[in-house]
Amino acid sequence: MQLVKDKEIINNTWRFVSDEETLGAGDITVTLQRWKNDQHNLLAHQGKVGLRLSAADVVDDIAGDLKNIHLVELDFADFADGRLFSHAWLLRSRFDYLEEIRAIGHYLLDQVFYLSRVGVNAFSTEKATDLTQVLTNLNDFTVQYQRSVN
Amino acid sequence: MYQYTENDQKLVDERVAQFKRQTEQYLKGELTEDQFRALRLRNGVYVQTHAPLLRVAGPYGLLNSKQVRKLAHIAREYDKNYCHITTRQNIQFNWPKIEKVPEILAELASVQMHAIQTSGNCMRNTTSDHLAGVCIDEIEDPRPYCEIIRQWTTLHPEFDYLPRKFKIAVSGALHDRAATQFHDIGLHLVKNDSGEVGFRVIVGGGLGRTPIIGQVIKPFLEKKHILSYLEAILRIYNLFGRRDNKYKARIKILVKESGLAKFSAMVEKEWALLRDANELSAERIDAMRAEFAPPTYETEAIDNGEFEQHLSTDKAFATWIKYNTADHKVPGYKAAFISLKAPASPPGDITDVQLDVVADLADQFSFGEVRATHRQNLILADVKETDLFSLWQQLDALKLATPNIGTATDMICCPGLDFCSLANAGSIGVAKEINEALDDVDYIHDIGDLKINMSGCMNGCAHQSVGHIGILGVDKKGVEWYQITLGGSSENNAAIGERLGPAVAKDKITQAIVDILDVYVKIRLEDEAFLTTVNRVGIKPFKEQVYAIS
Repeated sequence: MQLVKDKEIINNTWRFVSDEETLGAGDITVTLQRWKNDQHNLLAHQGKVGLRLSAADVVDDIAGDLKNIHLVELDFADFADGRLFSHAWLLRSRFDYLEEIRAIGHYLLDQVFYLSRVGVNAFSTEKATDLTQVLTNLNDFTVQYQRSVN
Repeated sequence: MYQYTENDQKLVDERVAQFKRQTEQYLKGELTEDQFRALRLRNGVYVQTHAPLLRVAGPYGLLNSKQVRKLAHIAREYDKNYCHITTRQNIQFNWPKIEKVPEILAELASVQMHAIQTSGNCMRNTTSDHLAGVCIDEIEDPRPYCEIIRQWTTLHPEFDYLPRKFKIAVSGALHDRAATQFHDIGLHLVKNDSGEVGFRVIVGGGLGRTPIIGQVIKPFLEKKHILSYLEAILRIYNLFGRRDNKYKARIKILVKESGLAKFSAMVEKEWALLRDANELSAERIDAMRAEFAPPTYETEAIDNGEFEQHLSTDKAFATWIKYNTADHKVPGYKAAFISLKAPASPPGDITDVQLDVVADLADQFSFGEVRATHRQNLILADVKETDLFSLWQQLDALKLATPNIGTATDMICCPGLDFCSLANAGSIGVAKEINEALDDVDYIHDIGDLKINMSGCMNGCAHQSVGHIGILGVDKKGVEWYQITLGGSSENNAAIGERLGPAVAKDKITQAIVDILDVYVKIRLEDEAFLTTVNRVGIKPFKEQVYAIS
């Protein structure tokens, strides 16, 4: 599967492991719940570990863990739930998180410009054909009125 | 008045291009109804009972003559020759075709206008005092801050998908004409003990289903902190506002359920982390203030006797002056209201022909500027007294000089069941009927200061809960009924009206209003305004009359 990262289409190398599955090998993302409950095993995992955050998760809870987290996926259950925009902003601006923040799930392709401004730098889409639309929409505006991450 | 820079223009042009693409994708079936809904709302497009509605932003109510002519053009070419002024100083078109909206937005962009964030769960048009910069009780002109806030809120990447809509109002005068206590955030320019001007910040006010008077969260905020403080409030709201129930999603519910102390502590904690890195520089404030520098008033504008003579010889003119003009800070000038409450026309509506003439009159008499008011009228804010007679004659010829500003027939009214898909009951027809019943202008003037607000449903677009008399349309098993409240106010003495009793049937509502006014005339003390009488005697005498078994 491919995705857009830093305005380029690249291959995805990460795999999400649900709370019931065994970790397996390679670069994986897990839920915040699993991260909290299974941190010992996750820190010993061969491969990188990332977190899948939902809108209801509290970013402050993982502030101290971010050095061990190499990808944050923001999982949109509903595009109208704007909390994830603040999550991205907090990760970048408050906690200086420098690694990949990826939007996944049911966000709108028309939200990618805003998402990139609050610090999201990767976009996974349901359809491969949407990737070019993401690249187009990232350039929707060349001017802005307020400070954000970008 | 603020003029767009190259960047401002680019932003609205790029927004037009974006919405054009989104509309095309929707028409091709590439966006679902639900997806397109969120996008179109953020561009002012509602889908109504008969057709889409386009709400155009009137930034804090300010328009220039070129923009007014453009509105006339749009009304003529894309709509049914009229538009509507809203209670939040915006302009609505009731009949545009959805596929034409991108074209209309491009027309608007050509005169530095847009419809960005005029609906949807995002930060809306910032509103203000319609007499800003000219009134006699001003501490400081609020408009530079309105424009700074307008820019900050426009396309804010983090706060465009809030739990619910979010409205900010700014007032700079002693008398609150911007209903700041009924906004998500109300800002009041105030002077502290050392004479420094800053903001009193009010949070959690609102109308709608659950009217709540806002609470002071910060008695004095230095101007340089205004944007960081707004950001702190918005971030707390975005993260913690309820999203499980849209009727409990406004910030007023978060403030109420958390309690002001806890909410305030959350905001302060967030603000402490932002404040120092996000100060508004004195240069930025000064540059914006320069954009709103007063026009070049004629110092020789003092009346040469002509104005006084017209006043003494022409009773109709004198009456218009009394009701439809406001005092101006510059001697020899007045602010002149253009009443959009002529007896036979829907409150707040204005035709293309009238708009064109208003634009000409603005050029001729008021430095080319027009303002929209919360009570759905327009104002020419800077008219020389010596020009008022000529202005009045020209307005009168167009039925724009009904001398009723601030009186019973200056009703605020939503589009109601006639246009709105949310409405439970008609409002325009009822307004007309009440107008006909109150046909006697002398009677209306005898009643004096009275604010009647009527909404066709609980959403309360016409702010019925803060009307001195509020009328709320409700649906009872498919029949239209009307709930009456008395004693509301959106001004300094903010109050939510008290319910008079059971809703009355459609054929009884006009008589009920007449009864209420009759009781007032009988029991008022000398020169006592309606609201004062209601506050003095309570609702009982009115209730007895309205519900008397005949």
